[in-house]
Amino acid sequence: MAGSLNTPNSPRPRRGTGAVLLEFLGSMNLAITLLVAISVAAIIGTVLQQAQPYPDYVRKFGPFWFEVFERLGLYDVYGAAWFLVLLGLLLVSTAVCVYRNAPTMLRDMRQFRLDVQEKSLRGFHQRAEWDAAGETAQVAGRAGAALAAQGYRVRVKDHGDRIVVAGMRGSWNRLGYLLTHVAIVVICVGGLIDGNLPLKVAERLGRLQVETRDIPASQVPPESTLPADSAAFRGSVRIPEGGQADFVFLNVRDGFLLQKLPFRVELIDFRIDHYPSGQPKSFESDLVIHDPELDEPLKRTIAVNHPLIHKGYAIYQASFSDGGSRLKLRAHALDAPDIAPLELEGAVYQNLKVVTPRGPLTMELIDFKAYNVFPADTEDGREKFTNYGPSVVFKLRNEAGEAIEYLNYMAPVSLDGRLYFMSGMRATPGEPYRYLYIPLDSQASLDRFLALRASVLDEARVRRTVAAQADGLMPAGSDGAARANLIDSIVHLVGLFGRGGMGAVMDQVEQAVPEAERQQAVESYIMVLQSVIGSLYVDQLREEGVLGEQGVGEADAKFFEDALEAFAALGSYGSPLLVQMTDFQHVEASGLQITRAPGKDIVYLGCVMLMAGVFFMFYLHHRRVWLSVAAVGQGARVLFAGTGNRDRAEFASEFEGLQRVLSKATGAAGNMTQQEAK
Amino acid sequence: MSATTEIVQEKLAKAAWWKRLSGVDWAWGALVIAGALYTYARYGALMDSFEVIILVGTVPVVLALGWMWKAMRPYTVVVTLLSLASIGLYGADLARGDSNFFLKYLLSSQSAIMWMSALFVMATAAYWLSLFMRSEFTGRVATALTWCASAMGFIGMMVRWRESYLISPDVGHIPVSNLYEVFILFAVITGLMYLYYEGRYRSRAMGAFALTVISASVAFLLWYTFERQAHEIQPLVPALQSYWMKIHVPTNFVGYGGFALAAMLGIAYLIVDRLKPGSAWAARLPTLGQLDDVMYKAIALGFAFFTVATVLGAMWAAEAWGGYWSWDPKETWALIVWLNYAAWLHMRLTKGWRGRPMAWWAIIGLFVTSFAFLGVNMFLSGLHSYGTL
Repeated sequence: MAGSLNTPNSPRPRRGTGAVLLEFLGSMNLAITLLVAISVAAIIGTVLQQAQPYPDYVRKFGPFWFEVFERLGLYDVYGAAWFLVLLGLLLVSTAVCVYRNAPTMLRDMRQFRLDVQEKSLRGFHQRAEWDAAGETAQVAGRAGAALAAQGYRVRVKDHGDRIVVAGMRGSWNRLGYLLTHVAIVVICVGGLIDGNLPLKVAERLGRLQVETRDIPASQVPPESTLPADSAAFRGSVRIPEGGQADFVFLNVRDGFLLQKLPFRVELIDFRIDHYPSGQPKSFESDLVIHDPELDEPLKRTIAVNHPLIHKGYAIYQASFSDGGSRLKLRAHALDAPDIAPLELEGAVYQNLKVVTPRGPLTMELIDFKAYNVFPADTEDGREKFTNYGPSVVFKLRNEAGEAIEYLNYMAPVSLDGRLYFMSGMRATPGEPYRYLYIPLDSQASLDRFLALRASVLDEARVRRTVAAQADGLMPAGSDGAARANLIDSIVHLVGLFGRGGMGAVMDQVEQAVPEAERQQAVESYIMVLQSVIGSLYVDQLREEGVLGEQGVGEADAKFFEDALEAFAALGSYGSPLLVQMTDFQHVEASGLQITRAPGKDIVYLGCVMLMAGVFFMFYLHHRRVWLSVAAVGQGARVLFAGTGNRDRAEFASEFEGLQRVLSKATGAAGNMTQQEAK
Repeated sequence: MSATTEIVQEKLAKAAWWKRLSGVDWAWGALVIAGALYTYARYGALMDSFEVIILVGTVPVVLALGWMWKAMRPYTVVVTLLSLASIGLYGADLARGDSNFFLKYLLSSQSAIMWMSALFVMATAAYWLSLFMRSEFTGRVATALTWCASAMGFIGMMVRWRESYLISPDVGHIPVSNLYEVFILFAVITGLMYLYYEGRYRSRAMGAFALTVISASVAFLLWYTFERQAHEIQPLVPALQSYWMKIHVPTNFVGYGGFALAAMLGIAYLIVDRLKPGSAWAARLPTLGQLDDVMYKAIALGFAFFTVATVLGAMWAAEAWGGYWSWDPKETWALIVWLNYAAWLHMRLTKGWRGRPMAWWAIIGLFVTSFAFLGVNMFLSGLHSYGTL
């Protein structure tokens, strides 16, 4: 980062290894190489998502590349040793550059070089000569005054045979260089103080061990725990309402460390405010800090953008989640819809055991949300927000360990004026939910749907209904065996559809029917199903007493269509249970980020230097000019030369202007020469 | 040696800048100060200390802008008067935007922004036309159109600011909070930066190139308006409810504007570089020296402001995200952009690189900048996901 300095042809002495090394470290080429290398490394860190759970990486890259990338530290690029070495090199390179150039720069700022020789002035790009009237001292005095009037700092030296007037302007440009480059060093040092280098060293030395098990804070062993007096850290902790914590977790690669705090943080309340449109307006936590050094606990409310700073520890509102809401759930057995539903109670993050006809299941309660506000695109394309109300997320895990995740909404969802129970399911995390819509009856309950399902699964009842319909279906003259056969196969079809949904029916068709006839077979199967289940439904309506003179009403007909669709989809729903949330007691948790960054002020100091330096560098031009006034006969001969460290064209025009002013001030007697060397 | 006499001519050095100011300059100063005083007298009671500092800080900035760049004075006056007129027409009723003729067709924020879009596109066409026809008159029209477009854009933003408060006081915010709003900001700032260099170098030949990038952003803006209804004013998410936004975002866009301008001049440089010296086209287009010079100045200006913006961003992050640096994708890409132009400037200033490689580099720089500006929001996830498409 030298180069721009006006150090003309200083002789090069022989140098030792140290000097060569210094030259290499301070060289422009190294600096540029480092800038590029750091940029490339930084890009890798943004393209490859950092600090994800390791199994995700294995899935993405396969075991071999996972291993390679892990060795290279690509899951935590900015904490990897090689990246820190790059940053360290940039720090050293900049420091060496400053060390080598600062003395020259400072000298340049202060020294006017009054001993400059006429010979060297004649070597400048910008120079002019003219004859002036008057004595040398007078001429020099007038020139100096004129130069000063142009904003130049001026020094004069009498060499006896000639007088040198030296002017300088914008010398803070050099200061700009110093400030920017020292700033980089200062910022890096501040960042280093706040960085995780001490942790890395302690880990290397075996004094620290990253905890990778999923265990509560109370069970974290001492070798994974950091004492309360750590100088710098950045960790997070989740506190449920009414709970307290005197620690934070520091995420390290695929595990964590426990950082103790010298005080306890208690969460009294967490609140979300919404705009009328439904978007969140604010997240706030009411905190109490219990610190033995305080006379009484400190009560404060924090919000996003409004952290609490306590003794150099900053406490931020970072996130929120469920804090273990108490839930009441009702589980209907889909295989035996007529038995009384199971009433369950539990809290989020708890596991419940449920015995079902398909074997024992573990119900893992994962999350609860009191509000679900989603944008709903209305017809004119404007975004509106709709609140879908409370929801619960849970997994049903079988004995083999396979789990399906469900997202069930408590309140009925209204679509085209009809009400549905909505449940989303997915077999693998990360994929979008597929939704099951079950139509609700006029009481907004599942009763009618479950009763119909019970009928469909009741083989004896189905057989009776089919038998009653069979006469109409049989061609004339069929014998009894054909009739029994037909009834059997229809009963089988209804059973298949009831237990396995449309998927099971399609499987059957694919097995038994040649490809060319499948389409037709499916259509006739659907007609049969509609007819049989329709007649079961009509029976049910009659029992309910809602079958009027005109037959099935429009709403009831729609219900039937929806119910059939729900049956068709149930086969791939994967759960023997239909879980309804009946009540909840919401407990929220606030995610706090707690940091200590003693290097922050140093970094800010560096930032201020950097900003000031950049502006000095670009908007102050260091210009220096000399007039050498020598006596010639009666008058004086003026040699004027100058140099600017930026923008040759601009300096050339300024020089021209100066020359005009100066020659006028010195009373030029003609014989003017102006030069601009090529 | 006693023969050495050093004279410091401090007194004479004070033939100072303020002596060189004209009557109009003084009038300008009086106007700006009077405006600030009036604002303070009328609204001072409602301002918090931060807003007072902003108001006080605005005075020297507007003053200096008007003194250094005379054309800024009528521009500022027009923008102020029309913005106030629009706000006055609105009164306290947002619905007047549809019923009042002037608001509906000229001065409501959406109309003003549409005018800006149309005027920028017309200006671009006029600059190209003047280049092909060698018409001085068309060039003057192009300059006038660009000034009008920049004024309408600025007015649109001022009025939009007010409109957001008319929706509801707690929805109100400065219009730099999403991609739609910052694209207007980008067009206005880049337009003004170009106009500055046009005035400074007395050359319209760069206009066709500079305005092309502005038209591109206008095209995006229009698509975003009509396809996505992005012009609807949305309330702020909690993370953006901070006074840092008011300074971080506009500062950043001075940076982006400078880099975009430099890239367009880079393209112009490469074209001129291919032409035969002395050919008819070479005479119409700016000289290589001028392009090289303005390219450097635009990058220097952009870099200086981008540095400030990144520092402001870090300070905001320290308040909102719990750390001044998190290696978040947006932060990291800001660093990459910064390193890129730092390297560019080092090459030019200390290695003396000029010409073609620097032009290419400036063009590549725009791609890097665009990715930091748009790509990060579109392709990478992180904390800074406010400007998603």
